[in-house]
Amino acid sequence: MSTPTIEDAPQAGNPHSAGLDAAESGKVELITITVRIRRFNPEEHPDAVWVDYQLTVDPKIRVLDAINTIKWEQDGTLTYRRSCAHGVCGSDAMRINGKNRLACKTLIKDVSPEKPITIEPIKGLTVLKDLVVDMDPFFQAYRDVMPFLITTGNEPTRERIQSEEDVQRFEDTTKCILCAACTTSCPVFWNDGQYFGPAAIVNAHRFIFDSRDEGAEQRLEILNDRDGVWRCRTTFNCTDACPRGIEVTKAIQEVKRALVTRRF
Amino acid sequence: MQVHKYDTVIVGAGGAGMRAAIESTKRSRTAVLTKLYPTRSHTGAAQGGMAAALANVEEDNWEWHTFDTVKGGDYLVDQDAAEILAKEAIDAVLDLEKMGLPFNRTPEGRIDQRRFGGHTRDHGKAAVRRSCYAADRTGHMILQTLYQNCVKEGVEFFNEFYVLDLLMADVDGVKRTAGVVAYELATGEIHVFQAKAVIFASGGNGKFFKVTSNAHTLTGDGQAAAFRRGLPLEDMEFFQFHPTGIWRMGILLTEGARGEGGILRNKDGERFMEKYAPVMKDLASRDVVSRAIYTEIREGRGCGLDGDHVYLDLTHLPPEQLDAKLPDITEFARTYLGIEPYTDPIPIQPTAHYAMGGIPTNVQGEVLMDNDTVVPGLYAAGEVACVSVHGANRLGTNSLLDINVFGRRAGIAAAEYAATADYVELPENPESQVVEQLERIRNGNGSERVSDIRSELQQSMDTNSMVYRTEATLKQAVADIAALKERYKHISVMDKGKRFNTDLLEAVELGNLLDLAEVTAVSGLARKESRGGHFREDYPTRDDVNFMQHTMAYREVDADGNTSIRLDYKPVVVTRYQPMERKY
Repeated sequence: MSTPTIEDAPQAGNPHSAGLDAAESGKVELITITVRIRRFNPEEHPDAVWVDYQLTVDPKIRVLDAINTIKWEQDGTLTYRRSCAHGVCGSDAMRINGKNRLACKTLIKDVSPEKPITIEPIKGLTVLKDLVVDMDPFFQAYRDVMPFLITTGNEPTRERIQSEEDVQRFEDTTKCILCAACTTSCPVFWNDGQYFGPAAIVNAHRFIFDSRDEGAEQRLEILNDRDGVWRCRTTFNCTDACPRGIEVTKAIQEVKRALVTRRF
Repeated sequence: MQVHKYDTVIVGAGGAGMRAAIESTKRSRTAVLTKLYPTRSHTGAAQGGMAAALANVEEDNWEWHTFDTVKGGDYLVDQDAAEILAKEAIDAVLDLEKMGLPFNRTPEGRIDQRRFGGHTRDHGKAAVRRSCYAADRTGHMILQTLYQNCVKEGVEFFNEFYVLDLLMADVDGVKRTAGVVAYELATGEIHVFQAKAVIFASGGNGKFFKVTSNAHTLTGDGQAAAFRRGLPLEDMEFFQFHPTGIWRMGILLTEGARGEGGILRNKDGERFMEKYAPVMKDLASRDVVSRAIYTEIREGRGCGLDGDHVYLDLTHLPPEQLDAKLPDITEFARTYLGIEPYTDPIPIQPTAHYAMGGIPTNVQGEVLMDNDTVVPGLYAAGEVACVSVHGANRLGTNSLLDINVFGRRAGIAAAEYAATADYVELPENPESQVVEQLERIRNGNGSERVSDIRSELQQSMDTNSMVYRTEATLKQAVADIAALKERYKHISVMDKGKRFNTDLLEAVELGNLLDLAEVTAVSGLARKESRGGHFREDYPTRDDVNFMQHTMAYREVDADGNTSIRLDYKPVVVTRYQPMERKY
């Protein structure tokens, strides 16, 4: 595919669709919503409780914007993680209406705002306060699969040669932002915290299928463990949960197949 | 309070901090303190690429890259530093590839390269393909690759540790680095880190604007800590407004979109950049394009009902090309605007993006306490620092480059310093200033709310200190900030607890933003010329006679404890290129 040069790009007028008109209208029809948040602060009380917050918002805002509004205008003690606010940093994975999502990549209008919107911490990791969970076990599983390029011999002077086709074999799993939406949507992980979980396997996949890497055998042995890849029951929750659109279950299947065939 | 002792302490775990950590961990006992988990850092939001004259797809060389960087920075760039940046770019990209970064490839399997704003062949003759990239998620790949290599090297991280103070001590009349004070978010505990060398790599301060591509967390914590300890801040009036943020939201849409052939259009469908930059057109430098957009809007050619934006048009590009080269930004348009970029142009407006200024350093990353005196043991790299390789306006793809080149340099220099230096004795009660600050906020019972002051600050900065500035608007900004600082003394927070007190943290961050906004406005008020990202309508031309020099802002405290800002100036390092008129 050739990149069109700037010179031969067409001088078209502005095409206008209904979608663009709607986006640009600037018309805001405010709605009143109820956000029902699972609150927990062991400094105050040993049990978690549901707390309802009502607010009037533009339905096109992000769920994160609504949570920010609650914190900034109603209750400063509400605690959660957030950073980039557009789906690339992975801080704000939470259970929204029972489904794992990034709060910054989910718009109010898409989560049935006519009913109370429920927000809970992601499951399977210890809740520390409100929506903040202990991420250390998650990152430990990630570290355990040796998530880095392993090579032997002398390094080339220039870059290693890799075909675009070879890049495509693992490109999907390079998109992972380590938000834990997949791992904490997995019923096996909920029941057995020892299971590596989808995210760690995704990150092992990213290197196992990288043509430059020589560590696949070591990683496959790690994942051949009883808490490894065989615990996956192919429920596809992880694939549904991934905010980056990674085909997580497919990646896990490819790792399983590589373990059987020892081809990667 | 806990006390820790390390050779080298790095503050921040974005690209610069982790690149430094990979080097310093090999050479010295290193701790990395980060207020986020490392992979949350905003390096991951960078999209379009990293510049290096690899010449993989067409003729190129580091000297052309140096020239473009100097010209792009409107001749406020220190040219010795720009030359290092451009020369070391090539190894910086190759190093990342060897660490595993999955670059897009040419048909021959080499690292592919694409066009980017202000990067030219042979001193401005035409656009050149210099940006090495991984689709439109190059920053994500750099952040992940560096984190992966930190795991490999066993780098020791202290996650969600918020550094609030820099410790220095006088040793025989010389100010030296003693360590830092950090607040552990999970517990509310104070930690003192005694260190021979400290590297600030804590990122930018764009959150004092309302429409910004910056993360919530970019509150200038490193700059503010250094400034409060009497160190200068350089060139803070130079802030970059990226031309293509999503309308009203500010979410970044990469310049790579125009590198791939995207075109900016006004409401008449006109490709207006032809008028402003006949050669480079849509790929002129960012300051030029952002001003052009606002000129179109002001002259009534903006789009939409309020005429307050223009379009980024990708509709003439094949959908396969958008899917392969710009998958994330097209998804942003779908998610946040509900439009289809295959067929609809994307409403955009300039968005506050990058601080060219920061803590002054030399090319080894050593922090300066005045125009040329180094603070022994103190280093800075990345957006928090001002080397200055970006001058008055940074070129796209030069920041991912900056963090790798100067992150590496700072990591090596700090570890080598720590190998021979002794610890400096900690001052008495090293945590006292931090404890006092936190208790004052925690126990405050005033009626002012942090979020109100923050949004008023952001509104004032957008109105008065954005793409177009005048004496009147900057004076208004200074007055607004002074009033807000007064109100800030009367804030209260609702969360009085120890555990994950993000309410308290946001209050501390607002204090940093107020201090840095003031430096930005005061520095801008004094710079009575237009250069790069600082455009004064009342002084619309560049004035090399009076202002081809860096601003150095110092915090002064008088006998009554009142603070003010004192401005000084530092000469620009000129080696190869005499200033010329800047045209694209």
